[in-house]
Amino acid sequence: MECGIVSYGAYIPRHRISVKEIARIWNEDGDGLSKGLNVIEKSIPGFDEDTATISVAAARNALVRCSVNPKDIGAVYVGSESHPYAVKPTGTILAEAIGATPNSMVADLEFACKAGTAGMQMCMGLVKSGMIKYGLAVGADTSQGAPMDPLEYTASAGGAAFIIGAENVIAKINKTLSFTTDTPDFWRREGQTYPRHGGRFTGEPAYFRHITSCAKMLFEAAGTKPTDYQYAIFHQPNGAFPSKVGKTLGFTPEQLKPGLIVPYIGNTYSGAVPVGLSAVLDVANPGERIFVVSYGSGAGSDGFDITVTDEILKLRRDAAPSVKQYVDRKKNVDYAIYAKMRGKIRMAGE
Amino acid sequence: MTVPRFWREIPQRYNLIGSKCGSCGTVDFPPRTICPHCRRKSIGKMEDIKLSGKGEIVSYSIVREAPEGFEIQVPYAMALIKLDDGPTLTAQIVDCELEEVKIGARVEAVFRRIQEESKSGVIYYGYKFQLAMPQVK
Ligand SMILES: [Zn+2]
Repeated sequence: MECGIVSYGAYIPRHRISVKEIARIWNEDGDGLSKGLNVIEKSIPGFDEDTATISVAAARNALVRCSVNPKDIGAVYVGSESHPYAVKPTGTILAEAIGATPNSMVADLEFACKAGTAGMQMCMGLVKSGMIKYGLAVGADTSQGAPMDPLEYTASAGGAAFIIGAENVIAKINKTLSFTTDTPDFWRREGQTYPRHGGRFTGEPAYFRHITSCAKMLFEAAGTKPTDYQYAIFHQPNGAFPSKVGKTLGFTPEQLKPGLIVPYIGNTYSGAVPVGLSAVLDVANPGERIFVVSYGSGAGSDGFDITVTDEILKLRRDAAPSVKQYVDRKKNVDYAIYAKMRGKIRMAGE
Repeated sequence: MTVPRFWREIPQRYNLIGSKCGSCGTVDFPPRTICPHCRRKSIGKMEDIKLSGKGEIVSYSIVREAPEGFEIQVPYAMALIKLDDGPTLTAQIVDCELEEVKIGARVEAVFRRIQEESKSGVIYYGYKFQLAMPQVK
């Protein structure tokens, strides 16, 4: 059975803070950091935004582009590491806000930065088995880095939603598979505000090993090579890692560029690959092929071999804002406003 | 606001569900159980209707002294919005410069956090509005 993406939608909050501005506070070399990370600035969620509101905005953008009746969405999965409640699913809020309740399977997923792509795989299984007509998978986050921590330069907010189904498929998922191990490169314990990480340990044995292993498995399973693809999207905790892993695997910068959004909005964690894939779907043409590998600390990678179909021409892509539109709709703030917006200032009585 | 009241109002707060009189066609928001024009004639004829969430600012004010819980957001704009579907409602306008808030400006509904009971309490979500993206105009 053919199965894949029926529609998609992204959302990025409006405020930004530059790497240079954060570096100014900690007396670091802003230009050097910005260049090294290949990140200019990162998005900041508004006072009234969280993973639930970002998920709703992205999902509504996906719905407005297609003719799917929300009542036909039989599963709603929200992947995030910043769910607004510790206990009470974000998915219930999302499903209600898009009119997919009450006949829908709902669950929140967590797998660091790859929880969104895990949701896509789960929806595929349910669609292919005939249990549901459509599934909605969302990857969204409003991540925080501790002040002065290297993660503070990149941890941002955003997300994207995909409606998965077997009819009117705009991007067929030919193959998906995962590569998972127990690798403690990054974690956050219950009740802690900020995550912790293994420093340099986050690179080679974690990000690079999982993505390259998953990518090689996917090439073999799909019988493809890098030149078969017009686009390649990798998890983007910064702009340097995906460029390096792409080069190692044999992709060119041209294949990576359309889906590399992190330089302008930072690392949206569970939203990173989903936003990158949305940006590619904003511009993709029928017949083009997309190679996707996400990465979640802990650790694992999900790979997707995707072919864009003729149906994409029938999708009302212009009915919702493109990723580029959201990237361009921005307002930069200084560190003081950023600290206020992110609750980093301790108020009386706290 | 109490949790039960918020829960009852979720359809209108999340999805702008209003009411339409089956007798005269008047659309109301928040929804009514009886049409103010037709009164008894409308009984049993009131239907739920999902409003488009698109409209125009008819009046606004800039809030500089906020009620408790909203202090951190000042200054912000509250506007009276005439929806394309008919009804008028009051909502906060987000994600724009205050100078951009003008009478006649096109706006669209967005889904945001409205309030939280406390750091450990329930989070109340609902509609706010933003200046319409090009898609809406
Ligand atoms: Zn009436």
